[in-house]
Amino acid sequence: MRTYDLLELAGRNLREAGLRNSLTTLGIGVGVASLVAMLSLGIGLQKLATRQLGRSGLFDTVVVTSRQDSRGGRFTQSVSTTAQPKPLDDAARQSFEKMPNVAEVYPNFSAVGEVRLDSSKEEGHFTVVGGLPGSARESESFDDFQGTFFSGREAQEVIILADFGRELLGLPPEPRSSEQKLTTDQANQLLGKYVVLRYHERESNQSSGVKPAVASPAGSTPAASKPAAAKTSAEQDTKQDTKNAEQSEDAQAESMPSFNLLPRQLKLKVVGIVTSEPNRGLRQGRTPVFLPIVLAESLNMIQAGDLRNILRPTQNKTYIALIVRVAKSKAVPQVEEEIKKQGFGAFSIVDASAGLRKFFWFLDMFLGIFSSMALAVASLGIVNTLVMAILERRREIGIMKALGASDGDVKRIFFVEAGSMGILGGALGVGLGWTIGRVINLATNFYLRQQDFRPENFWVVPWWLVAFALGFSVFVSLVAGLYPASRAAKLDPVQALRHE
Amino acid sequence: METLEISKAAANGTESESVRTVSVVRHYKLGRSIIPAVDGVSLAAGRGEFIALLGASGSGKSTLLSLIAGLDRPNSGAIVVEGQNLATLTSHELAQYRRHTVGMVFQSFNLVPTMTLYENVELPMRFAEVRRRERRARAQEALERVGLSDRMKHRPSEMSGGEQQRAALARALVNRPKILLADEPTGNLDSKTGTEIMDLIRELNRTLGMTVIMVTHERPLAERYVSRLVFLGDGKLLSESVNKPVQTGVAQ
Repeated sequence: MRTYDLLELAGRNLREAGLRNSLTTLGIGVGVASLVAMLSLGIGLQKLATRQLGRSGLFDTVVVTSRQDSRGGRFTQSVSTTAQPKPLDDAARQSFEKMPNVAEVYPNFSAVGEVRLDSSKEEGHFTVVGGLPGSARESESFDDFQGTFFSGREAQEVIILADFGRELLGLPPEPRSSEQKLTTDQANQLLGKYVVLRYHERESNQSSGVKPAVASPAGSTPAASKPAAAKTSAEQDTKQDTKNAEQSEDAQAESMPSFNLLPRQLKLKVVGIVTSEPNRGLRQGRTPVFLPIVLAESLNMIQAGDLRNILRPTQNKTYIALIVRVAKSKAVPQVEEEIKKQGFGAFSIVDASAGLRKFFWFLDMFLGIFSSMALAVASLGIVNTLVMAILERRREIGIMKALGASDGDVKRIFFVEAGSMGILGGALGVGLGWTIGRVINLATNFYLRQQDFRPENFWVVPWWLVAFALGFSVFVSLVAGLYPASRAAKLDPVQALRHE
Repeated sequence: METLEISKAAANGTESESVRTVSVVRHYKLGRSIIPAVDGVSLAAGRGEFIALLGASGSGKSTLLSLIAGLDRPNSGAIVVEGQNLATLTSHELAQYRRHTVGMVFQSFNLVPTMTLYENVELPMRFAEVRRRERRARAQEALERVGLSDRMKHRPSEMSGGEQQRAALARALVNRPKILLADEPTGNLDSKTGTEIMDLIRELNRTLGMTVIMVTHERPLAERYVSRLVFLGDGKLLSESVNKPVQTGVAQ
């Protein structure tokens, strides 16, 4: 029998017992709807969680440090399987940028400065200043923030934490949560206004340029110039002290450049106010003020690690640490390994998304199995409906066989009927499930908003879920049609025709 | 032995032979006892012959017809129709045989009640995979032949028994079978309409050269139309007799 005849006959049969078949189809629809609603929520939650994790910057970054720092300079002693420790300089930075899967490389910028409102005559607020790359715009901190992002890579603009904003305005710290947003009124007192940043520029003492020009290789020219680390008490920490001690113990006299610290101040426009630190990643301590990273680098602000350069000078500018952002969190271990092989210290947090994926896989399975129950019950409805149809259409089946229908023809008609109910029920169910998921999402977000939380989209219906739901519904229906169809096909036409 | 008889049957089958049954046995199990519905019937029908199978109810005539129609299979014996031994056919081939070689009409018409006349007549052509356009032409032709071309859109319930049986005849014709099998075609009709149907069947037999095998228990009716009477009793062939049918119109 030709396909269109098959479809026509099956369609006619479905219409003949319209109410019964509609109810059966509706049953399938409800089953599919529960499947779609459940899985769309499961997938949505998974997406939300991975999105949050991804944007936390915790699992897609590798922090690179120089191994020179941790070895006290005794390169020769370290017989390592990997390469010689190398300085973490621009060459290294470029080599990381060229690695596969690396999205971007930027320095871990952290300097100390004093910030006050331009209009205020009060003393500035002592604070840590960080740098943000353009990609930080994707950070979850900017999901819901006041103002705008930096207008350019070198724009003289700042983004501040709301908490620091309160500090600038002379308000008491928020008792409820430090992540509390500013009121519109408060924000307007800051956004578009200027702050003055006082900092110290590092200016090299030697011959020319900003870079400390050291011609001699390490260890060749003993010199004992003292580090001119004036006014850098803030950056001084015990680590540096021990390093100093180590250095002196080694009696490794090295060329020690010095630099001057020039006090500077810079007017910056406040463009954005966030409630949490963007690109927090593995950053330690609290950083409430952010500049565009390119601007921050160009200012040559004195940083905590700069003292090290005095003790261990290189020809080029070096970084204390570089942040390597990896495009896919899966590739983090590989990138980390590669960097280590090149002779750097690398550090990342074990990707938690694998565990998360596993968890959600189980959750989705759980939801899927439970919602499939409804579909299983509905498929029994198909069996029931079709078995009833066989009884009703016994004579008709006999007639069709007498007119030349083969067993296969009869079987296919019943199959197509079951499959049609599956397709229709599936389509209905996808629509219904979509609506249910949406309503749940809207209702939850309404509740979240009332509780002063940020609304979230934890309901996702990907195209493959639609395809899967339809396919699964058709599959279940065909399986359900298996028994009735073969029973109809086996019907003895002589007896069926005798049946009155 | 059976195969020998079958091959004999095939050998005996001449060009002019349409249907031949050789020692056909069909029995039914009813609990522990076996009821022989057809018990060793050997029968031959030539091309274009009009045969009546006569007998009381339970004589096995309807069962024999079902066997020839390929709706049922014998327990033993052979049925050769138009050179095809039905016993050797697969169930799919048997369906094709029913589609193309035989057409059937029944006592209770057996039209599909939810379909219009046209759709009922079209149905066998769906199984035969006849193209749509040709289906329309053939169905119209068949309905014209039985005089129902103006009632194509009607459902069976809207029509008289005679009209329904005529539609059933049209349906039996559309796949152009060589053999028409009729199971008590006038059983549910009054004598006037019954005669009309019989006239129509005779016309098909004559103009289209169809072999007709008709089951009936109305001997007088059969004697007016058929060329041979076959009497069955208790599943066995009792006797055969050549009959001279009454000539239509002119003879009266």
